[in-house]
Amino acid sequence: MLSKLLGIFWNRGKDPDGSKDVTIGCGSSRCSLSFTSLPSPPPSRAELATELGVEHQTVVGAVKSLQALGQIIETELRSTKRWELTAEGEEIAQEGSHEARVFRSIPPEGLPQSELMRLPSGKVGFSKAMSNKWIRVDKSAADGPRVFRVVDSVEDEVQRRLQLVRGGQAEKLGEKERSELRKRKLLTEATLKTYWVSKGSAFSTSISKQETELSPEMISSGSWRDRPFKPYNFSAHGVLPDSGHLHPLLKVRSQFRQIFLEMGFTEMPTDNYIESSFWNFDALFQPQQHPARDQHDTFFLRDPAQAQQLPMDYVHRVKRTHSQGGYGSQGYKYTWKLDEARKNLLRTHTTAASARALYRLAQKKPFTPAKYFSIDRVFRNETLDATHLAEFHQIEGVVADHGLTLGHLMGVLREFFTKLGITQLRFKPAYNPYTEPSMEIFSYHQGLKKWVEVGNSGIFRPEMLLPMGLPENVSVIAWGLSLER
Amino acid sequence: MPTVSVKRDLLFRALGRTYTDEEFDELCFEFGLELDEIEIISKEQGNEKAHGASDVVLYKIDVPANRYDLLCLEGLVRGLQVFKERIKTPMYKRVMPKGEIQKLIITEETAKIRPYAVAAVLRNIKFTKDRYDSFIELQEKLHQNICRKRALVAIGTHDLDTLSGPFTYTAKKPSDIKFKPLNKSKEYTACELMNIYKTDNQLKHYLHIIENKPLYPVIYDSKGVILSMPPIINGNHSKITVNTKNVFIECTGTDFTKAKIVLDVIVTTFSEYCENQFTVEAAEVVFPNGKLHTFPELAYRKEMVRADLINKKVGIRETPENLAKLLTRMCLKSEVIGDGNQIEVEIPPTRADIIHACDIIEDAAIAYGYNNIQMTLPKTYTIANQFPLNKLTELLRQDMAAAGFTEALTFALCSQEDIADKLGMDISATKAVHISNPKTAEFQVARTTLLPGLLKTLAANRKMPLPLKLFEISDIVIKDSSRDVGARNYRHLCAVYYNKNPGFEIIHGLLDRIMQLLDVPPGEKKGGYAIKASEGPVFFPGRCAEIFARGQSIGKLGVLHPDVITKFELTMPCSCVEINIEPFL
Repeated sequence: MLSKLLGIFWNRGKDPDGSKDVTIGCGSSRCSLSFTSLPSPPPSRAELATELGVEHQTVVGAVKSLQALGQIIETELRSTKRWELTAEGEEIAQEGSHEARVFRSIPPEGLPQSELMRLPSGKVGFSKAMSNKWIRVDKSAADGPRVFRVVDSVEDEVQRRLQLVRGGQAEKLGEKERSELRKRKLLTEATLKTYWVSKGSAFSTSISKQETELSPEMISSGSWRDRPFKPYNFSAHGVLPDSGHLHPLLKVRSQFRQIFLEMGFTEMPTDNYIESSFWNFDALFQPQQHPARDQHDTFFLRDPAQAQQLPMDYVHRVKRTHSQGGYGSQGYKYTWKLDEARKNLLRTHTTAASARALYRLAQKKPFTPAKYFSIDRVFRNETLDATHLAEFHQIEGVVADHGLTLGHLMGVLREFFTKLGITQLRFKPAYNPYTEPSMEIFSYHQGLKKWVEVGNSGIFRPEMLLPMGLPENVSVIAWGLSLER
Repeated sequence: MPTVSVKRDLLFRALGRTYTDEEFDELCFEFGLELDEIEIISKEQGNEKAHGASDVVLYKIDVPANRYDLLCLEGLVRGLQVFKERIKTPMYKRVMPKGEIQKLIITEETAKIRPYAVAAVLRNIKFTKDRYDSFIELQEKLHQNICRKRALVAIGTHDLDTLSGPFTYTAKKPSDIKFKPLNKSKEYTACELMNIYKTDNQLKHYLHIIENKPLYPVIYDSKGVILSMPPIINGNHSKITVNTKNVFIECTGTDFTKAKIVLDVIVTTFSEYCENQFTVEAAEVVFPNGKLHTFPELAYRKEMVRADLINKKVGIRETPENLAKLLTRMCLKSEVIGDGNQIEVEIPPTRADIIHACDIIEDAAIAYGYNNIQMTLPKTYTIANQFPLNKLTELLRQDMAAAGFTEALTFALCSQEDIADKLGMDISATKAVHISNPKTAEFQVARTTLLPGLLKTLAANRKMPLPLKLFEISDIVIKDSSRDVGARNYRHLCAVYYNKNPGFEIIHGLLDRIMQLLDVPPGEKKGGYAIKASEGPVFFPGRCAEIFARGQSIGKLGVLHPDVITKFELTMPCSCVEINIEPFL
C-alpha cells in the first residue's frame, strides 16, 4: 500500500508543473481524500481513494505510516468551516417552512385549532405563523377555537434562506439570520478537516524499515550513518526511576534542623522518651495538681513506674520553691510530694529535655551562653482521630544568656520564622506554667485570610532557672511549635 | 484554657460602648484573651419566649488558665475597663457585721477526708436573672479549673436567711447523713444519693472523690439543717434564688491556699452587687485545734520592683512613672517611690496569679503592648553542634533512600500483641516499658523493635506494586535499671523487603551497603562485621543470621516466619534487617 501511494507521488512529481499535492480530508459530516494540484492549473480535485480504488480509511492509515517514516512526505492540516443544512433544514428547503405550510393548509373558511394542531407542522408552525401575524384564532367559534388566515399570501423567507445555503451561498445571509436559523436547528456549522500532502525532503519511492534505537553494533560498524531512525514521541511520559523516598514529615524535620544549625543552635539530646514527672513537670515549676499531670492527659508508666535516681539536692530546691516559694517567689503553697515527682511517664513535651540541658549548663562554671534546639517525639494520652495524635513531634528552641529581653525573643522568632517563609507575625499574651512573660505566636495566613497560632514562647520563670543553679541575671528565652502542624 | 460565654449585649452595656466583632477580637488579643467563637442563639429555640425578634449573641472568650478573676462577665468587664482606664480598680474591704459574726466550726473528723474550710457572707446583694446566672456559672468555672473538678476545693453558696448559725463542718457515716438535696423533692441518705448520682451526667464525675471513704464531709447549721455534702451536692433547704438577699459562701477542700483563693475570687467579683459595694462580711472559722481564722482574707500585698529591671527584661525604655501607669492598668495599683527607680506594686486579692516579680514584668509588657516592643537580636555568640546520634541518623536516612528504600514514620507506642504475640515472643521477654493508663489497646507499650511498625505499614500498602521496600531509623525503648528512670532508648535501623520472593540477598546487600557507608569492613577481625547463622521465632528456620560488628551483636537479618507474615495480615514472603546503630557513633 505504501509503495503504491508513493508511486502516485512519484508519477505526479513527473508532471510538468511539478507541484501536485494530495489532499486527504476528514470532515465532520463527510470524509474525503482528494488530490489537488496547486497553484496552477486551477485546483483539480480527485479522490485519492477513488483513484487507488481502496477504502478511504486505508489511505489515511497509509499516509500516517508514511509520516512516521520521517521526511518522506509532508502533511499540513487545513480545516475550513462551512454551513450545512440539517435534515429538518433540508426538508424545509424542499417543502417550505412549518409556518408557511400551516398557512397554506388553512382554507378561507378557517380550520378548527384542534385539527390544525394534528398536522405534522402544526405546533411549531402555528406559533410562528401567529407571531408573524399571518393567522388569527377566533375563540368564540361554536365548535371550539378556529384559525383563520389574516393575509392573502405570504413570503416564505425561511425557505428562501435555506435554499441559499443549500446553493452554497450561505455568505449572502447576515450573521443574525444564520444564527436564528441555527437556533431553530435548521443549520449547522461543519468543519472540514483536510490534510495537504506533499513530498518531503527525504522523499523516496522505496521504503526502508526505520531503526528504533542506536545499538553498540551500529556505533562500531558506523552503520548508524546510513540508517533512518524512528522519531521519538516526546509527549509520552518517561519511566519513573526505581528509587526510594524520604518521609515528607521527616524531610521537614531536616529543614528545621538546618534552620537551627544555620542560626548557631546546638542540638540537645532527646533520645529518652521515658521521663520522670520531676523533669517533665516539677523542674519546670508546674505544680503537682496541674491538669496536665492528670491521668487523662499524660501516659504514666506501670513498669518501670518510678524514677529511682533524682538529683536530690536540686530536688529539694525545687520542692521548696513549689511549696514555700523562694528566689523572690511566693511559691504555690501546697504539700509537694516526692512520690509524685518520681512517677515515670512518656514525656509530654521536649521541654523536659530542655530542662535537663539547662540543668547541665547550670553545673558548668563559669556560665557560658548557650543556644539549644531539639525536634523529637512527645506523647499525649489521646484517642486517635482526625485532629488528635497520641504522639507528635515538637520543635523547641532555647537561648540562655545574660540580659535577654522579650524584644530579643521576638527578634529571634522573627529571624526563625523568616527562614520558614513566614514574615507577618504578631504576639499575644498567654499563660504557660513555666514561662513568664509568655507569648503565643500568630502569623497571618494568606489562604485563610486570618491570623493563626503557629507557636508558643516565653521567658523561663526564675522559679525554674534559679533552683537549677543558673546565675540570677541570666535569662532563658524559649519557643516551641509542632512539626505536624 | 477555660472558655467563658458571655452575652454580647450585656457585655457591651457593662463596658459602656459597643464594638464590632473585629474590634472586640483585637481588644481581646491585646489583653491576652481570645475571642474563640461567636454563637448566635435564636430566641425561638432558647428557653425565653420570643419578645422582639433579636437573637442572643454569645461571645465565647478563652481566658488564661491562671486568671481566675476573669472567669465571668463581671471579672472580664472589670479587667478590660481598668485596662482601658475607664474605671479605677476597686478596693475590696472585709467588714465586721453589725450583729453576730457567722461562725463555721470544723471538727477533727474532717481531717482524713477534706480538712479545710473557709467562709464569708455577701450581705444585701441584689441579684437579677443575669447576675444570678453569672454567679452560678462562675462557681462552675472555678470548680472545673482551679478546684480541679472539685477535688481540691468545692464551693457551696446558701441563702443565709433560711439558716441559723453557727455552722458545723464535720464528717459522718454515709448512712447517718440524710437530707433533701438540691432540686429533689424528698430526703435521701448519702448512700442512696451516691447511687442516684451515678447516672447524673454532671455529678457522676465527682463521686470518686469521697465514694470509698468511711466518712463523708457534711455541713450543718445550728438546727441540724444540712447545708451541703461537699464536694457532691448542696441541700435544697438553703438554695439561693434570684431573690436571695444574703449569701453564705463556704469552700471546703484539701488545698487550703486554693480554698482561700476561690473564696476571694467569688466575693470580690460579686461584692459589686452588694448594697455596700466591694465590701464583704467576714465569717469566722474555728479549726479543730481551736484556732480561729477570719475569712475572706482579701489580702493586699506590696511588692517592690525596680523600673530598670522591668525595662531590662522587656526590652523597652519607659520612665518609672509610665511603668507605674502601665501596671495600674493591669489592676496592679503602682506608684514610684524611694530613689525614683523603685515601683511599689499593690497586688490585690483578685490577682492570685502574681507570685513573682516576673509576673509583674509580664503585666507591664502586656499593658505596653507586646507588638509595640522593638525586636532586636541577642548578641549571643555560639557554635552550633549536631547531636552525634541524630547526625548519623540523618546521613544514613539519605543513603537508605538512595539505596531504593522508602522511609516510613511509625508510632513509638503500640499494643503488647504487636511486639510479642505477633512476633511469636512472650511479653516478659521483651523488656518493654508498660503504660498504666492507655485509652486504647494501641498504646499499651513502647515498641522494643521497629519491625511491627514497618509490617503494619506494609499491610496498609498491600495494593502498591511489588516489591515494597521500606525502612525506618528511629528509637525503641527498653527497660534498663542503670538509667535514672529505669529505661532507655536505642536508635535502631530497620528495613523490610516484601515481594513474591523472599529477597534475602537484597536485604543482605543492603546490610553490606550500610556497613560500607559506616566504613566497617567485612570480616571477623576487630572492627569488621560478619553474620552468623542464628535462629529466633520471628524468622523462618535456617533463614536467620545474627549480625556482629565491632565485636558486639548489633541485630539480626533473615526471612520472616510465615506465622509472623500471616499475623500482620500479609501474604508474600518478606525479609528484614534490624540493627542498633549506636555502636557506630
